[in-house]
Amino acid sequence: MKQQIIMRLLTGIAGLGIALGAATAHATPESDRQAFIKYYTSKYPNIKLEDYVYGALAFDEDSKAQYDAIMEFPPFESDIDAGRKMWETPFKNGKTYASCLPGGGQQIAGNYPMFDEAKGKVVTLNDAINDCRVANGEEAFKINDAKTLGKLTAYMRTLSDGMMMNIKVQGPKATAAYEDGKKTFFSRKGQLNFACSSCHVQNAGVRLRSELISPAVGHAVHWPVFRGGDNLVMLQNRYTGCFKQVRAVPPAEGSVTMNNLEYFHSSLSNGLPMKASVFRK
Amino acid sequence: MRKLHHVAAACAISAIMFSGATLAQATAAAAPKKEETGKDIAFNRTKGNCLACHGMPTVPDATSTGLYGPPLIAMSARYPDKAKLRSQIWDATVANPSSSMIPFGKHGVLTEAEIDKVTDFVYGL
Ligand code: HEC
Ligand code: HEC
Repeated sequence: MKQQIIMRLLTGIAGLGIALGAATAHATPESDRQAFIKYYTSKYPNIKLEDYVYGALAFDEDSKAQYDAIMEFPPFESDIDAGRKMWETPFKNGKTYASCLPGGGQQIAGNYPMFDEAKGKVVTLNDAINDCRVANGEEAFKINDAKTLGKLTAYMRTLSDGMMMNIKVQGPKATAAYEDGKKTFFSRKGQLNFACSSCHVQNAGVRLRSELISPAVGHAVHWPVFRGGDNLVMLQNRYTGCFKQVRAVPPAEGSVTMNNLEYFHSSLSNGLPMKASVFRK
Repeated sequence: MRKLHHVAAACAISAIMFSGATLAQATAAAAPKKEETGKDIAFNRTKGNCLACHGMPTVPDATSTGLYGPPLIAMSARYPDKAKLRSQIWDATVANPSSSMIPFGKHGVLTEAEIDKVTDFVYGL
């Protein structure tokens, strides 16, 4: 029954539906990723896969030039400095973030979200940072709060610049979490009846009003973004915005639904380089 | 610098793409209440917002339109049966299950009376 619903959702998306629908019986995250890439690159043969990290900018030279100019002197430098201070300030017990995150927190962002077998659920990088705080006797930050986790990760994620996104989905529980995220991505919702895929698959590269729509591949590698140059937005904040746009009630940030969506959505960017933090309109 | 200003403006526009539209409401409140025309409803970002997805090549003030859907032009020639045009607006997923067009009637985005008015307006394009 459930399988049937997903099949129907997937086949609803022309083209990609065929590719993914056929693959559903033995779909793996890797075959899904390949199906997405095939869909986009056959529609837009002139856009290079490595440029998908620029999102909608990859489809518009003028906006990309504007982005390049702004990124030379990013107006959000002070937020990143504030994040560096937070990162370097020891906890009350003298330990640091670097001492409790894998690899000292270097070159790890591309491994998140990851499925934690012991907890039986998906853990985002923000969750891992909070776990680290709690383990050291500090209070957890409010999840996806721009002032705390936002600034901290705006710096911390730069320590993973250049690392390839490398989301792993292994074992039945991780696969179920991945499939749940995929279902959220393809389900129509809200009064306006859009799925994430209605815009970011079916209409990627197309204008909605004057807004060019980005493809889902490449979406997850460059967070947080600074919209308008100074408004810090984390990935799940953006999900919330997109849910609201279609007049749907967004799931709570940090909820299992949101984390599973981030897990699926991030794995679509496997093999693309991480880059924090960037400018967006 | 001007460019950055431009960018910020674009950002504000996208923020009210489907929601808010305080601007439209504010101007509506200032003017004496006048009955909304089909065109008003089609253009209003909180109602039809047809321009988000459709160009209207014969309407001069239909600017910065999106491209999700085909341009709406010569509609009476292409829809000799007006009821068919109305049902496309009421629920586009009947003709095309994977349509990204909003099912305006089925999901109650527009009232039946509003859909009638929009149909009349679009029929004349
Ligand atoms: C009605 C259309 C629409 C729907 C549906 C939609 N989005 Fe978006 N989304 C946009 C627009 C417009 C933007 C801003 C332009 C862009 O970057 O694509 C955007 C931007 C984004 C971005 C930021 C891209 C970047 O590089 O800055 C992410 C991530 C995203 N959307 C994810 C989602 C997810 C996940 C869903 C489903 C829960 C979703 N969107 C549903 C219209 C939509
Ligand atoms: C979010 C996108 C979107 C919005 C908003 C939208 N449409 Fe559409 N429309 C489409 C798409 C896509 C098609 C192409 C056919 C399909 O997929 O259903 C379409 C097709 C149509 C057609 C058939 C055109 C033809 O050539 O046969 C008509 C008529 C139409 N739309 C009218 C409207 C009206 C009137 C409104 C506003 C009240 C509107 N649309 C709002 C996306 C949209």
